[in-house]
Amino acid sequence: MLRGKTALVTGASRGIGRAIALRLAENGAGVAVVYAGNEAAARETCEKARGYGVKAQAFRCDVSDFIQTKALVKDVIEAFGGLDILINNAGIVRDGLVLSMKEEDFDRVIGTNLKGAFNMIKHTYQHFMRQRGGRIINISSVAGIAGNAGQANYASAKAGVIGLTKTVARELASRGVTCNAIAPGFIETDMTSKLPGNVKEAALHAIPMKRMGAPEDVAKLAVFLSGEGAAYITGEVIRVDGGLSM
Amino acid sequence: MTTFDKVVKILVDYNDCDASEITMGTKFADLGLDSLDTVELVMNFEEEFGITIEMNEGLQTVGDVVKLIDSTQG
Repeated sequence: MLRGKTALVTGASRGIGRAIALRLAENGAGVAVVYAGNEAAARETCEKARGYGVKAQAFRCDVSDFIQTKALVKDVIEAFGGLDILINNAGIVRDGLVLSMKEEDFDRVIGTNLKGAFNMIKHTYQHFMRQRGGRIINISSVAGIAGNAGQANYASAKAGVIGLTKTVARELASRGVTCNAIAPGFIETDMTSKLPGNVKEAALHAIPMKRMGAPEDVAKLAVFLSGEGAAYITGEVIRVDGGLSM
Repeated sequence: MTTFDKVVKILVDYNDCDASEITMGTKFADLGLDSLDTVELVMNFEEEFGITIEMNEGLQTVGDVVKLIDSTQG
């Protein structure tokens, strides 16, 4: 379904990003596995992806760094001979009530989660524009739709990602490039495993489906949005949250 | 070939417009080109002339581009 396509996935060493990279690989796309620090995990993602018979290569990059992302995009396009799908998934958390949230905690989360997506889109923009085609998928969060106590930085960044998504969708629509956002709820990853037990329990109680989602649940949607079936969908925000934020 | 002639050729290649109707005063918008088209054209100009053009809202007419290119090459 995606044979011959190349996908770049940020934050692909673990969690949702890894699941997306592997699903894309399973569907035939070559994958550039972008990671911030965990090289061993990124390599493992690549090895698993190659198991599907596609090209996979790991690239280290701090997506909050404008210069690094520019070099990254150039390197990936050179290594793969093109780029068709961009998945902005890299994200960090620095939780705390606004009262105790340090300025640096706010800046860091905005830097990676929001500016990181901007940086990647900025540097792939001309490529997609000239190609007259491409898929951009930004991973937002239900926290960006509904807010979440203790996550002023994260929710702000994820809400910003939705505004970014809709703007890019409008700018590039006439060039055949779509841009959509996925808003996951509670998904079982390293990020949510660090949540205190009582927070997790309260979250489960609030989810109509009464269970956390799996990275796979998000990955399947990302594959759909990357494929032909989603050609006429742009500027959309799709929740994958078991009904949490409806 | 003057800068103007080269610019016109790139425009005609890009947009399939009539070269005889393009003057220094012709606006990109008059040729049915939107802001994204202008960005793409500027990239084509950069390649053709081997220069870097800073995109700005002031680039509206063929003459604006010709003058800018001539100034960077002078």
